[in-house]
Amino acid sequence: MTLSPSHLFFWLTVLILGGPVLAGLTGVVAGAMGHVPGLQNAIPAGDVWGAVWSWPGIGRSVTLSFWTGLLAALISLASATLIMAGWSGTLSFARARHWLAPFLAVPHAAAAFGIAVLIAPSGWIARALSPWLSGWERPPDLLILGDPLGLAMVLGLIVKELPFLLLMMIAALPQAKAATSMALVTALGYGCARGWLLAVFPGIYRQIRLPVYAVLAYSMSAVDAALILGPTTPPPIAIVILRWAADPDLSLRALASAGALVQLGLVLVALVLWRLGEIAVAQLGRSLAESGQRGSGRAAEIAAATLAATSGIFLFGGFAVLALWSVAGAWHFPAFLPETLSFRVWASHGAALVETGAATLLLAFAVVALALALALGSLEAKPHRCLLTALVYLPLIVPQVTFLPGLQAASLKIGLGSGALPVGLMHLVFVLPYLLLVLADPFNALDPRYRTIAAGLGLSPARQFWRLRLPLLLTPIAGAVAVGMAVSIGQYLPTLLAGGGRLPTLTTEALALAAGGDRRVIGAYGLAQAAAALAPFALALALPRRVWRNRQGMLHG
Amino acid sequence: MRLAYTLAAALAAPQASLAANPVDWPSVLSEARGQTVYWNAWGGSEATNAFIGWVGDRVEADYGVSLVHVKLSDTADAVSRVLAERAAGIDEGGAIDLIWINGANFAAMKSEGLLFGPFAENLPNWAFVDGEGKTVTTDFTVPTDGYESPWAMAQVVFMRDTADLPDAPGSAAEILDWATAHPGRFTYPQPPDFLGTTFLKQMLVDLTNDALALAAAPESDAAYEVVTAPLWAYLDALTPHLWRSGRAYPATGPAQLQLIYDNEIDLAISFSPGEATAAISNGLLPDTVRTSVLAKGTIGNASFLAIPYNANAAAGAMVVADFLLSSEAQLRAQDPAILGYGTVLDMAKLPDADRAAFDALDLGIATLSPAELGTAQPEPHPDWMTRIAADWQHRYGAGL
Repeated sequence: MTLSPSHLFFWLTVLILGGPVLAGLTGVVAGAMGHVPGLQNAIPAGDVWGAVWSWPGIGRSVTLSFWTGLLAALISLASATLIMAGWSGTLSFARARHWLAPFLAVPHAAAAFGIAVLIAPSGWIARALSPWLSGWERPPDLLILGDPLGLAMVLGLIVKELPFLLLMMIAALPQAKAATSMALVTALGYGCARGWLLAVFPGIYRQIRLPVYAVLAYSMSAVDAALILGPTTPPPIAIVILRWAADPDLSLRALASAGALVQLGLVLVALVLWRLGEIAVAQLGRSLAESGQRGSGRAAEIAAATLAATSGIFLFGGFAVLALWSVAGAWHFPAFLPETLSFRVWASHGAALVETGAATLLLAFAVVALALALALGSLEAKPHRCLLTALVYLPLIVPQVTFLPGLQAASLKIGLGSGALPVGLMHLVFVLPYLLLVLADPFNALDPRYRTIAAGLGLSPARQFWRLRLPLLLTPIAGAVAVGMAVSIGQYLPTLLAGGGRLPTLTTEALALAAGGDRRVIGAYGLAQAAAALAPFALALALPRRVWRNRQGMLHG
Repeated sequence: MRLAYTLAAALAAPQASLAANPVDWPSVLSEARGQTVYWNAWGGSEATNAFIGWVGDRVEADYGVSLVHVKLSDTADAVSRVLAERAAGIDEGGAIDLIWINGANFAAMKSEGLLFGPFAENLPNWAFVDGEGKTVTTDFTVPTDGYESPWAMAQVVFMRDTADLPDAPGSAAEILDWATAHPGRFTYPQPPDFLGTTFLKQMLVDLTNDALALAAAPESDAAYEVVTAPLWAYLDALTPHLWRSGRAYPATGPAQLQLIYDNEIDLAISFSPGEATAAISNGLLPDTVRTSVLAKGTIGNASFLAIPYNANAAAGAMVVADFLLSSEAQLRAQDPAILGYGTVLDMAKLPDADRAAFDALDLGIATLSPAELGTAQPEPHPDWMTRIAADWQHRYGAGL
């Protein structure tokens, strides 16, 4: 058998997903054994691990990451499910899904900053209540940001993960035959929400399981939200790793590698727990279905509306405050609005924002175009599905902060210097898995009879792809492109490490400026970041509507 | 455990041969023309970023060197990059040409043999540098040996909002008294942030009876315990009265400015005498903020520029380092409306016109004059800082 183009794409994908992470992981394992690249002498492995476990607060750091990650993933999934159960199929939902785009587009850091300026004791909520209600003339000395339980951080994660899961669920709707199932259960007298949960959700969950796992892994190792909203005494394990990796004492890089393995173990344990939870919930669902109770669904609708509104308020509210800060002159506590306006930040950063923004978008587009070709090609080939599934997880589960330095060393070794090429390739490592995650289930859930019929009509595999599967998958593909671009735009460490700092993007500039803590500049860059990521989402929503304006059934099931 | 002994074992690192020879300055200038210099510098301050932009315009105009500011959120990122390049065998044509560096990052790069040089004392403008009066040839007591060139002086000052705290605390003890009487109104950046560890060092220097012991590495564990005991007793007393009762800390120095602006705290440490004035004019601090030093004085040091051993444009980097030592650049850096950084130059060595320009500079409402700043106290040996930061982590950074 000759090697078809799709097989070539498949093996390229395997190489891009597996190669860099394995190269990076090799570095991590070597580091955990005491071999740090660049250091001339190895450190005894026993010393490395002894130092990790005796690090002050390490037990609390580990517990904190575990707990906040599980909690964030659980609440995100439960909220997304409730929102879908209470709302999907209704007219207001059809309108509301347009509002998902900005949620998804906002980079994690910008969302976290928005929440910080909202909920801090000196934030907008406190200002709204002061001093007329609270009596506060100066901000109260309350531990809201960086609370020891990490709840502020969990909130920051949920606001970003909830819309991601919602988008995944919406993308899965057509293949889960939601409309048919709903017609059936409604005819049987079930309330909308209960009917949806019992009849549609199992099919949806099967399709979004991989994205859910990614959310879990991400929540446990997130850096941005943890840095801005998380506790610091001690911080979550991902931040501890980051500190080790950045310590001027180069020998601490060995600890960073060992910490990465701890983080990896944590994520694996959490995934196993989650899997057990899935089985328990499935049991519960079955007994609920067998009970035959119909339910009215009002409660779920109200819960859905509340959840959607709450996360909307946090994100848009945070955004509104960031926007205000970007044009604020004097703005003292407890004033609700800026006392004077100033466009100093926009004036001094405007040109740089446009220039950097254009470069950021161009890079993201090039990366996504390449990733899309690889993802579709390898999904077409699907000779080793399990291999692909396993590999998709590698870049998402292994904490970036620790496998990236190993990867950077490897890429320098093969002659990739600095600049756009290594940055693009590094982004590809993270963008490609998301495209595969977003596309795999819609692709595989495509009714195989289309293929059979097309083959029966004499269409070659290539023509089947171009004429049949590509148009059928237009909606998920457009969504995937938008997700991919948002992922590329949001990358910080990979851009910095691979580019040697020579390819500034909105995100690297924003985080560098964020170190200065000037809310006005952070506001301007946060808005710019979101705007850059928003454009592709707007297109992703508009394109299928435009193309299928005469074919309503192609939009959703 | 710090595992630092491995660093000691790794001291025998290879030194790069000098591509550009700083002794032959005309050839440096001709080699530099047309080069692009990637200057990796902390990007967290708008004022600094604007100043670096201006430097870029000037060296382009005068020397044909184009300067690119690579904005870092942490200088250690640049150290990592050079380390990764050496691990990959990239001994020339590296991505970084110039780093704004000092303290532990410099000590690590120097001991690992990751720096180009020595070059600093061959720069033409070195002739005007105040080598005797200012700590420009040692960096946290580590001799620079010409591997880094100074460009600004820093000294600890305390910024206070005079609307809430009219009288400046003159000692560690007075800070404690005031904080106890006004709980929740004082904090410091969380160590190992460099300003946070600077606060710990400053308190140690102010509290200790044995200043001499700090000039060298601790003689023994017992000596370390004895010398630092007053510091821990002090922090044990202070911490419950800190902002958020010491359960959270601002991440960086600039994050403190925001807390003062929001009226959450009234007192904060700064390592730049001109920072408060610059922040007031940028709207980051209320105009009621003033600065002060402690009665016994405060710690001072210099900010430096170093060139990685594998820099692609070492000649251009040296030209930039030299330009930063010019009266023109130093005067602009000291202008509180621009940066407010102290100069490294010796006024006595300058031509009259340049000296007059420095004299004419209005330092701004919240900046102390050189006389008020007084002579800076020396930094303790870096080993003290390393151990104190680690102990702080144990005592206050690891939760209950």
